[in-house]
Amino acid sequence: MENLSELPGPGVAPGRHILTIKMRSASLDPMPAPKTDVIQGTLDLLILKTLSLAPLHGFGIARRIEQISRDVFKVNPGSLLTALQRLERAGLLDAEWRSTDNARRARYYTLTRAGRKRLEAETTDWKRRSAAVFRLLKAEG
Amino acid sequence: MALLRPVFRGLRALFRPGQADADVADEIAQYREAAEAAHRARGLDAEAARRAARLELGGDLALREAVRASGWEHAVETTVLDVRHALRRLRGSPIFTVTAVATFAVGISASTAVFSAVSPILLEPLPFPAADRLVTLDDRNAEGTPMPATLGTYEEVRTRARAFEALAAADPWRPSLIGSGTPERLEGRRVTADYFRVFGAVPLTGRDFTAADDEPGAPAVAILNHGLAQRRFGGARAAVGRTIRLDDDPYVVVGVMPPGFSNVLAPAVGIWSPLRERSTGDLATREWGHHYQLVARLAPSSSGEAASRELLAIGRAPRPDFPRPRWADLAQGLLVRPLQESVTRGARPALLAITASVALLLAIACVNVANLLLARSARRRPEFAMRIALGAGRRRLLRQLVTESVVLAALGGGLGLALAPLGIRALVAASPPELPRVEAIRLDAPVFLFAAALTSLIGLLVGLAPALGALRAGGGSRHATLRRGRLRGALVVAEVALALTLLVSAGLLFRSVQRLLAIEPGFDPSGVVTLQVVQAGRAFDSDAARLQFFDQALAAVRAVPGVERAAFTSQLPLSGEVDGYGYEVETPGETGNALRYAVSPDYFATMRIPLVAGRGLAATDRPGAPPVVVINQSFAWRVFGDANPLGQRLRFGPQMGNGRWTQVVGVVGDVRHYSLAVDPPDAFYVANGQWEWTDNVETLVVRAAGDPVALVPSLQRAVWAVNPNVPIARVRPMAGFVAASAGTRRFTLLAIQTLALTALLLAALGLYGVVSGNVTERTREIGIRTALGASPGDVVGQVVRHAEALTLTGAAIGLVGAYGASRLIASMLFGVSPLDPLTYGAVVVLLAAVALLAAWAPARRAAAVDPTIALRAE
Repeated sequence: MENLSELPGPGVAPGRHILTIKMRSASLDPMPAPKTDVIQGTLDLLILKTLSLAPLHGFGIARRIEQISRDVFKVNPGSLLTALQRLERAGLLDAEWRSTDNARRARYYTLTRAGRKRLEAETTDWKRRSAAVFRLLKAEG
Repeated sequence: MALLRPVFRGLRALFRPGQADADVADEIAQYREAAEAAHRARGLDAEAARRAARLELGGDLALREAVRASGWEHAVETTVLDVRHALRRLRGSPIFTVTAVATFAVGISASTAVFSAVSPILLEPLPFPAADRLVTLDDRNAEGTPMPATLGTYEEVRTRARAFEALAAADPWRPSLIGSGTPERLEGRRVTADYFRVFGAVPLTGRDFTAADDEPGAPAVAILNHGLAQRRFGGARAAVGRTIRLDDDPYVVVGVMPPGFSNVLAPAVGIWSPLRERSTGDLATREWGHHYQLVARLAPSSSGEAASRELLAIGRAPRPDFPRPRWADLAQGLLVRPLQESVTRGARPALLAITASVALLLAIACVNVANLLLARSARRRPEFAMRIALGAGRRRLLRQLVTESVVLAALGGGLGLALAPLGIRALVAASPPELPRVEAIRLDAPVFLFAAALTSLIGLLVGLAPALGALRAGGGSRHATLRRGRLRGALVVAEVALALTLLVSAGLLFRSVQRLLAIEPGFDPSGVVTLQVVQAGRAFDSDAARLQFFDQALAAVRAVPGVERAAFTSQLPLSGEVDGYGYEVETPGETGNALRYAVSPDYFATMRIPLVAGRGLAATDRPGAPPVVVINQSFAWRVFGDANPLGQRLRFGPQMGNGRWTQVVGVVGDVRHYSLAVDPPDAFYVANGQWEWTDNVETLVVRAAGDPVALVPSLQRAVWAVNPNVPIARVRPMAGFVAASAGTRRFTLLAIQTLALTALLLAALGLYGVVSGNVTERTREIGIRTALGASPGDVVGQVVRHAEALTLTGAAIGLVGAYGASRLIASMLFGVSPLDPLTYGAVVVLLAAVALLAAWAPARRAAAVDPTIALRAE
């Protein structure tokens, strides 16, 4: 994981944004789990992927990431909202105030064409890198 | 659009912060709500759900800040905040602020003004395409002194040399414009057809000269500069195609140059006309005189050195189709120099010295402000301690402090930039006529950028050191106070050293100018006014007509009341006119060069040039009478040594070889001709009418009983009564030429003197600040001393000794700097050694006196310290 965090991904300015994703055990322990790792750049990928399925608002995105990752990832709201603002500004997302299912107003994010392209690129890259890490771990184990 | 989105969003956030904030706040609120709802759905009650959500999200404010801090506009906002804070702090201490801003303004405005003058002259390329390939070519005399070439040399080089893409010759030409309004004498050049092509310039309207225009006997055409076309002919378009009368000959204006075209070698030139001349085998003609300025454009494949080598090779391999006289034998080739160098050579030392001086002044200004900031940060130490205790990061505080000094610098820079035009105007107004490219001196974009860059740089540098010092841990300790005191002392020492360097340079220049103006020019300029009279037109084609006009004009001028004496001369000392000819002595057969003055008989008496031996020129020395000459003492000494020069015979210029002999009838005193600083050259005087030709441009010199300038209108009327078509070109008191002869030195002196005195003032202020701060910090100690019986005199003495110690340390270091600086201005010194003890001594005494003055008020304050109050103070 250390090595991974130092590899610059495409379009990710190292050090510009540090996103915290807390990994915790799959148990329903209400106490906050100890911070185990910091992965740079993966939050962007997760957001883009989540939004490629359907437009969502901030909390919805967080919830969806937690659900799909089976609560391996816990999304920090501050990091998420900051990332959303940044991605929107970068033109990867469009944002729009819309009514939710229960008649509340929320800021919904949609993937733009640029966002879709970025997602493809980052997915390929991630696969390549995780495969490499996986191979390394296997060799050591 | 997508690319610009970050910019637009950032700008929106900056300029409509409410809107952007509200969006973020709404989104957070919605997030919180949704999170709470999710917790409730999991079975928590309302209160527990709120708490759980709060645990997840943290405080609203922190979250909002975190989200907002991600945009670039956040950095801008922080900076704006810092700047606002700095402005508020600075408003709180107006005296400090005004002093610092004024100090910066002085430094920046002076630097900016000097840069605006130096940049176009020394740094920028000349305003021509590929200006680095432009060169001037000069012939050299036997001593190696450069001089203009002859037309024959031009023709030979043009035919034989391969190093040049284009080569042209320009001959000084001063035609008189008559027939439309006031007769006016124009400054012009007769040029070969390629002249403008050498510079890569084309006329704005009309056409360039063609080879056909330059053929002998071709119809006369002219190209005007933009200013002349506007002034006399109603603009460029109106001028082209017009026929104008120059010296009674019609010229068709074929073109007008664009306003930007700068005749860098002679900015006053307003008109050009083709030369239409060829050299002939007859060497006794104008074409074989040294008065053709050669300019060339190097071929892309060539270089200055290559051209130089080629010209030397050509010089050493004469060809029969290009006969050469002795005075243009090209034995040493030609001197090839970049045009830029030729233009700026004279001004370079002065400008470099002024630039160095202004850099010193700027350094002093910076040191002064740094010193002020240091004192201020000492006072603000409790504030910093408090803010650090409250959680402000060191980096943030540092940034704020530096912002403060940058704001100070920016205020000073703004003020300095506002003042810079005044400085520029003063520089241009004081500039000597020989300063090139004066028209290019202005406050333009590069100058503005320079000022801005300078401002930010000194703002950062000056702020950083004191800020770092202020934030260092344990800054309040006695040790730190001591260290700070030493640092401030060191800064003052530096200031004094810099000021001394400047003062010594100014002092040396002052002494030089003094020496220079004390020099006897060899004539008496007081009470003499000079008017250059130009005989224009066909009426003066014959020598007899010219001579007759001079006689009649002299008679008319002498009849003007108030005129004591009057005479004509073909060239005037110190006026820049140089007219020299070769000579040949019958025995011992020596040859050489000397200046020729064709004068009317009363010239020596009018100028009060003393007659040393023999007789002066007389009214009887007319055409037809035996030719006679009067030589100056240097000439007599060089050629005849101890032998009696009277009765010796010489041949001059065109007569050399096999012409007639001229007899020496008198010897007169030497006259400084080139400049006061240059030793008198050899010179000879012939009577008007006894030379090969009679000059048609001569200068009337008039000695008046009272103020000679008051006579000018009646003198002009007298000349015009003889012939109304005669332009009177240059009217100037003789004393004006003498003063102008020291012009460049005076200009440099004026500039450096101003800078040095400002530096002295700043150094005094700095010294005052440090001594005063020292007294404040030591109030308690002084109180104890007084309580223990120290007299006010002891206290004053101690403070003053402290100030003098700092000053003399600075002075000692400055002496070394001054020695270095005096090397830099060595070429401008005259009659004074770069190590002149009087100057160095006087400056040290001056500084010591100023230090005493600066220390006096703090010393009095120290002496007045009431021991009881001082002891109670803590």
